[in-house]
Amino acid sequence: MKYSDKVMERFKNTKNMGRIENADGIGKVGNAKCGDVMWIYIKVENDIITECKFETFGCVAAIATSSLATDLVIGKTMKEALEITNKNIVEMLDGLPPEKLHCSVLAEDGIKRAIEDYNRRKQGLSPLPEKEEDDHEHEHDHDNEKV
Amino acid sequence: MDKVYYLDNNATTKTDPEVVKAMLPYFSDNYFNPSGVYSAAQDARKDVENARATAAKFLNADPKEIIFTSGGTESDNMAVKGAAYANTDKGRHIITTKIEHHAIINTCKYLEKHGWEVTYLPVDKYGIVDMEELKKAIRKDTVLISVMFANNEIGTIQPIEEIGKIARENNVYFHTDAVQAAGKVKLDVKKLNVDMMSLSAHKFHGPKGVGIFYLKKGVRIHSLSQGGHHENNRRAGTENVPGIIGMAKACEIASAHLDDAPDMARIKALRDRLEKGIIEKIPEVIVNGHPDKRMDNTSNVSIRYIEGEGMLIHMDFEGICASSGSACTSGSLDPSHVLLAIGLDHGTAHGSIRFSLSKYTTDEDVNKVLEVLPPAVVKLRSMSPFWKEKNK
Repeated sequence: MKYSDKVMERFKNTKNMGRIENADGIGKVGNAKCGDVMWIYIKVENDIITECKFETFGCVAAIATSSLATDLVIGKTMKEALEITNKNIVEMLDGLPPEKLHCSVLAEDGIKRAIEDYNRRKQGLSPLPEKEEDDHEHEHDHDNEKV
Repeated sequence: MDKVYYLDNNATTKTDPEVVKAMLPYFSDNYFNPSGVYSAAQDARKDVENARATAAKFLNADPKEIIFTSGGTESDNMAVKGAAYANTDKGRHIITTKIEHHAIINTCKYLEKHGWEVTYLPVDKYGIVDMEELKKAIRKDTVLISVMFANNEIGTIQPIEEIGKIARENNVYFHTDAVQAAGKVKLDVKKLNVDMMSLSAHKFHGPKGVGIFYLKKGVRIHSLSQGGHHENNRRAGTENVPGIIGMAKACEIASAHLDDAPDMARIKALRDRLEKGIIEKIPEVIVNGHPDKRMDNTSNVSIRYIEGEGMLIHMDFEGICASSGSACTSGSLDPSHVLLAIGLDHGTAHGSIRFSLSKYTTDEDVNKVLEVLPPAVVKLRSMSPFWKEKNK
C-alpha cells in the first residue's frame, strides 16, 4: 500500500485533533471491530461552523481524512458543509488506496452526523446515539471498492 | 537509502554476506544445468548434492529425504495437498490449527472446497494447542496433522515432539511448518517425530525463493507439478542452483550460530530489554505470546486504544521497520487471525505491533524504538476517542 505525499503530510502534521468539551454537535461513526472510529465535534455560531475537531481510532487514512474533513468545514455554513463529499476529500488527498476509500466515506458521514446532531439539539431533541455500522454491510462495501 | 533500524526479521532477514559470496559463482562461471551429462554439468550436480547433504545434516535427516523447493509456501502446499491427494483411500480429513500461516490455512480452505474436511484446533491465550483437543479431533479418516513449529506473529512454540508422538500413535502423518523456527531453534526431525517439515531460506539469512521440504522416507504424497524427473520425481523443474548453494551455506552458518550460546543469549537480552522498555515507557501495553515457550527474537505487544498502522508509519518516518497485526496492513478489514485466536478483542488486536530481531540487531536499533515509539503513542492516543473515554 502506498499513500500519497498529501496523506502522509496530513498524518504527520495533524490539524484539529482533540475534543471540543462544550460542542454544539457531535458525530460518532465507525466500528472498532473494523478498526476505524471517528468522533467529529462542531461549534456553531449564526449557522456557521466556527470550530471543528476530531478524535479518531484508526489507520493513517482514517486520521488524514478526518483531519482534512474538519479543516474543510470550518468557516462554512451548514448547507455548504453538507455538500462536502468523500469524493472531494479523496481528490484533495491525491487519492487513497482502494481498500482505504471507506475512511473518506466515514469522514463525510461524521460531518453529516455532527450537523444532524446539532439540528436535533437545536430543536430540543436528545443527542444522536453513536452510529454502529453493520459489519456485513461494511464488508460488502469493501468488496465493491476492490473491484 | 537513509539509515534503517531493521526489526522485521520474521518477515525476512538480511542475506549473510558469506551466503552471497557462496552463490555468486553459480550465476557466472558455474551456470550449468545439473541434469547435463558433460562434466561441467556433473560438477554442478555434485555441488547440489553436497548442498542436500548439508541441509539434511541441519535437520538430522537423510539427504534422500530433502526436496528443494521455492520456499515455505510451496513446501506447505506440498505437504497439505500432496498428502491429501495421495491418501484419499484412507480418508479426507485434515487437522490443523487456527493460528497457522496463510500458506497452510488457505491451502486447507482450498481443499475444503474440493471435498476434504478440516478441523482447525483452537489455542489458549498464549497460542498453545491443547493436546486433549488434538486427540479428540483425530478420526479414522484423518490423513494429516499440520501444526506450525513457531508462530510468525507472536513467536509461541508448540510442543511439536508431543504432537508428533500423538500422530505416530494414531498412525496419522504429521507435518510442521518450521519456517520461523529454522535458525532460531535446533531442529531434529527424528527427535521431533515429524513426517514432513517446511523451511524457507530467507528467514535464516539465506536467499529468497528457495526452501526445503523434508519428506520422511516412506511417507506417501503426490507431487504438485508435473514435468521432469527432478528431485527424485517429487518436484519437477530445473534446480535453483545458486539459491540451493546459498541456502546450504545459510544452514551451515545457522548451525554454528545455534551452537553459540552467547550469540543466542545476546538476541534474547536485546528483545527483553526492548519489551521491558516499552512496558515501562508506555502504559496499557499487553505482551502477546507465551512468556517462556516463545522464540527469543520475537516481541508482539498490543498498545491499547490506538491502531497499529499509525505507529508503524511514525516509526517508519525515523527509519524503523516493524510490522503490525492490524487490518490496515493486511488488506482486509479483520485484524490478524492469530491475535483473535488467542482471545484479543478486535480493538486490541488492531493495536498490535511485532518486533523481530536477528543476529544483526544492535543496541542502537532497540534504543531507537524506545526513543521514537513512546511519543508516537502519546500523539495517537491524544486523538483516540477510546483513550479519552478510558481516562474520563
